[in-house]
Amino acid sequence: MEKPILEVDNLRIRYGGASAEAVRGVSFTLGRERLGIVGESGSGKSTVGRALLRLLPGATITADKLRFGELDLLTLSEKEMLKVRGRRMSMILQDPKFSLNPIRRVGDQVAETYLRHFRCSKAEARDKALAMLEAVKIRDPERVYDQYPHEISGGMGQRVMIAMMLLADPDLVIADEPTSALDVTVRLQVLNILDGLVRDRGIGLIMISHDLNLVRNFCDRVLIMYAGRVVETLAARDLDRAEHPYTRGLLAAQPRIGGGRAPLAVLDRQLEWLEEKA
Amino acid sequence: MSVSVETRDVSITFGAGPAAVRVLPSVSFSVGPGECFGLVGESGSGKSTVLRCISMLTDIWTGDILIDGKPVREMPLIERCRTLQMVFQDPYGSLHPRQSVRTVLSEPLAIHRLGDREERMRKAITDVGLPVSFLDRFPHQLSGGQRQRVAIARALILEPSLLLLDEPTSALDVSVQAEILNLLQRLREERGFTYIMVTHDLAVVDHMCDRFAVMLHGEITEVLPREAIPANGATHPYARELIGASLEYESAH
Repeated sequence: MEKPILEVDNLRIRYGGASAEAVRGVSFTLGRERLGIVGESGSGKSTVGRALLRLLPGATITADKLRFGELDLLTLSEKEMLKVRGRRMSMILQDPKFSLNPIRRVGDQVAETYLRHFRCSKAEARDKALAMLEAVKIRDPERVYDQYPHEISGGMGQRVMIAMMLLADPDLVIADEPTSALDVTVRLQVLNILDGLVRDRGIGLIMISHDLNLVRNFCDRVLIMYAGRVVETLAARDLDRAEHPYTRGLLAAQPRIGGGRAPLAVLDRQLEWLEEKA
Repeated sequence: MSVSVETRDVSITFGAGPAAVRVLPSVSFSVGPGECFGLVGESGSGKSTVLRCISMLTDIWTGDILIDGKPVREMPLIERCRTLQMVFQDPYGSLHPRQSVRTVLSEPLAIHRLGDREERMRKAITDVGLPVSFLDRFPHQLSGGQRQRVAIARALILEPSLLLLDEPTSALDVSVQAEILNLLQRLREERGFTYIMVTHDLAVVDHMCDRFAVMLHGEITEVLPREAIPANGATHPYARELIGASLEYESAH
């Protein structure tokens, strides 16, 4: 088996001042694959993603192992971390309306990634950014390059985000609810673009989402989180054969097109789901 | 106590002069008594604006909106509020953070000078499946699903006949969404409410609604029965695209 990109063993995160841990003993490894993390709000899925990039000031992160390629993420200094963020590991956030700088042209924001991490001229960075905007299927990239975030649509904004995050050719991309702010028709388009780029470039992808349909369609493997713990790991195609009652409950609670009109199954939360497995 | 709703040529323009934007050019549809009618379409297509026009939250529209044959514009405020109520999208934003559930529920009763307040509040909170002790809680002591239940209780307390639901579950998790949809379904069976529901999720439409309208740029492209979803029976290209995308999203493996 090829060397994994990311190895996480017994990751625990406690926010400053909180009495309980937000993430309790999460372990997984990631190769060049697409891993989905699903769970309800508050289950700690985004916290895991942020911890990998060390974007949790004030929180205590402990783990038996947190290796990214040859780097130990637990011991890196902030200065070294700056070389990792955006260059080798990057994150696509939920809503382009809030994650793009409203007073800078979108093209310049994309090019900034390249300028920051590589020695090059501004013209070179501009060319790279334009090529990348074209790769995320933005028609007329020259025009879009000079526009401001409020002038472009949500779907286009999210594609700009993807372009920005993939420009430095990272090894790992973390997508935190990349399409939940988008309409259904646009959502598929954006996901297909992301999927194509990730496959072509052999990038590892962690897709954080609450949407079971999304991870089913766009991931190879799925971790299901509940109250800070991974309760089940499954191949995405086996999602229907999930065994943990929580996963089964989530699947049953989802209304389906062409499904019956009987009342939807409601989760019957069990206390034992909270306990850590020995 | 079911009512019908009819909108004819409803049109609304925001702004004036050259900057004026015609958000709804001309919207007409009718909803039968006790029906659940869905409004779907991309963001900015005017779905929520239609609800705001029906509820008179926005009143600069032209055209006719009839509730049980009566023009909504001519209904006195008190009567209107007892006929229709609205549930908003985000339960984190639609409840006052410094008002307890009791305050939230008693205010409409005070305005409408209704007696038996305690009794009515207890009934409303039990109807939405929350214990009576929750009356003394504040929004920050409630989960998202519980907040949305309180928002529904607030809408129910004046015993309206028409509920306008603006994406009632899109801010909630699937597991919580199921609880709220079941609740809405049960209330409709028990009370014969008429629902007009804005949503972007066709699976929810299929689960809840009898008919739905697909909106694009403020216009209703097509009104379809729920049975048209699984086989994509739409004829308008945009409606076909929307249903097609939803089907693909749900079933592609």
